[in-house]
Amino acid sequence: MNYNWNWAIFFEISPDAVHSYLQTLLIGTGWTLATALSAWAVALVFGSIIGVIRTTPFPWLIRLGTGYVELFRNIPLLVQMFLWYFVLPELMPDEIGIWIKELPSASFYTAVVALGFYTSARVAEQVRAGILSLPRGQRLAALALGLTLPQAYYHALLPMAYRIILPPLTSEFLNIIKNSAVALTIGLMELTARARAMQEFSFQVFEAFTAATLIYIVINIVVTYAMRRVERRVAVPGYIGAAPQAAAH
Amino acid sequence: MFSNFDFDVIIRSLPYLFLDGMTFTLMLTALATVGGILFGTLLALMRLSGVGPLTLFAAGYVNLMRSVPLVLMIFWFYFLVPYIGQWITAASRPIQVGAFVSSLVTFTLFEAAYFAEIMRAGIQSIPRGQEAAAQALGMTYSQTMGYIVLPQAFRNMVPVLLTQTIILFQDTSLVYVLSVTDFLGAASKVAQRDGRLVEMYLFAALVYFLISLAASHLVRRLQARIAIIR
Repeated sequence: MNYNWNWAIFFEISPDAVHSYLQTLLIGTGWTLATALSAWAVALVFGSIIGVIRTTPFPWLIRLGTGYVELFRNIPLLVQMFLWYFVLPELMPDEIGIWIKELPSASFYTAVVALGFYTSARVAEQVRAGILSLPRGQRLAALALGLTLPQAYYHALLPMAYRIILPPLTSEFLNIIKNSAVALTIGLMELTARARAMQEFSFQVFEAFTAATLIYIVINIVVTYAMRRVERRVAVPGYIGAAPQAAAH
Repeated sequence: MFSNFDFDVIIRSLPYLFLDGMTFTLMLTALATVGGILFGTLLALMRLSGVGPLTLFAAGYVNLMRSVPLVLMIFWFYFLVPYIGQWITAASRPIQVGAFVSSLVTFTLFEAAYFAEIMRAGIQSIPRGQEAAAQALGMTYSQTMGYIVLPQAFRNMVPVLLTQTIILFQDTSLVYVLSVTDFLGAASKVAQRDGRLVEMYLFAALVYFLISLAASHLVRRLQARIAIIR
């Protein structure tokens, strides 16, 4: 392979004349994490709302929730990014559209909104599955005790459901970190975009991509490890997921 | 809001969008699905083989592919495939590879990791007794897998494999980062040429939405029909 490896490239100064290439990658990592975490907040809030309303006894709410999930699940993330970034400002009244376009770091906000709503449809599916996995008796018992429907969800159903769906939520969180790379198409300088920029300026393709790959793997391992600890802490005793604890007795 | 909406730009570019763009997207989806399932099944068999190095390789490969964004992998292979081609053909310099071949290699190898996990679940869903019975009848490993385990595993997993294919179909839009003319790439090129971003991106979203929605409904109906009653 006639490729000139140069691992020292990371310590050379990048074209911004301030940071080394390594530092630019780490700044990119920061943007990746900031985008993923902000979008995750959006996804959890909207995903929970939609997931809950799909399990209520009201047909029109169920239809609304189903429509929401189908809409955000059946359009590619990249197209959704373009819709939020290029199309939405044009469809707004002029003042608002211009305000959106002139927002500093508009690509960051757009990425957060697009990623958040895209992932919220997946979170909604998990929340719904979690609630439906509970025995019917739990809802009935809560209502029989005189709790209102919102109280039944808040005190009885959701605390159980969240604990059960923690593993799939973890993989959705890992997905949102990876999916944040799509935001490079609307100009967000996150990790993959920084690696791409480093490759363009330094011509050291494989070093740049190797570094980015390693950073993604480390993030993945850290999140997986942390979430496994959380899962063990909050596991519902008596469920299969809680088996290691039960065995310890 | 839609007062200066120009539907004509969509009509005018329909042949380009579908004959050039959608053909590329569907070809890529179909070939990458076939290649991904073949390689994915192989990975699943390696991972379940009980042979140390094979298990390790398959597990490492799947975990690596699944912890990295697809966009980064598209860039990786875009630069790597010419060198791989040089290595295979023993040429003196990196060979020229078209965007289609590069995307196809990327998606096949990337999606194989996801298909491998699906096939692994499928194989593990087959009762152990079947494998034992096949071996008791004197079947070799490849006969057991080829005639007994894989056909059932595949049948059980068809709905999941097809759902993954729909995801793959949506993911192919990411070849946009290589400036390839897939369906979204075609829409984007027209949009930028004619300054009609709103119309073209809304239309692209609508087409992706309708195809994915129709496909997922078909999968659900298929699932009900082919489910094995136990």
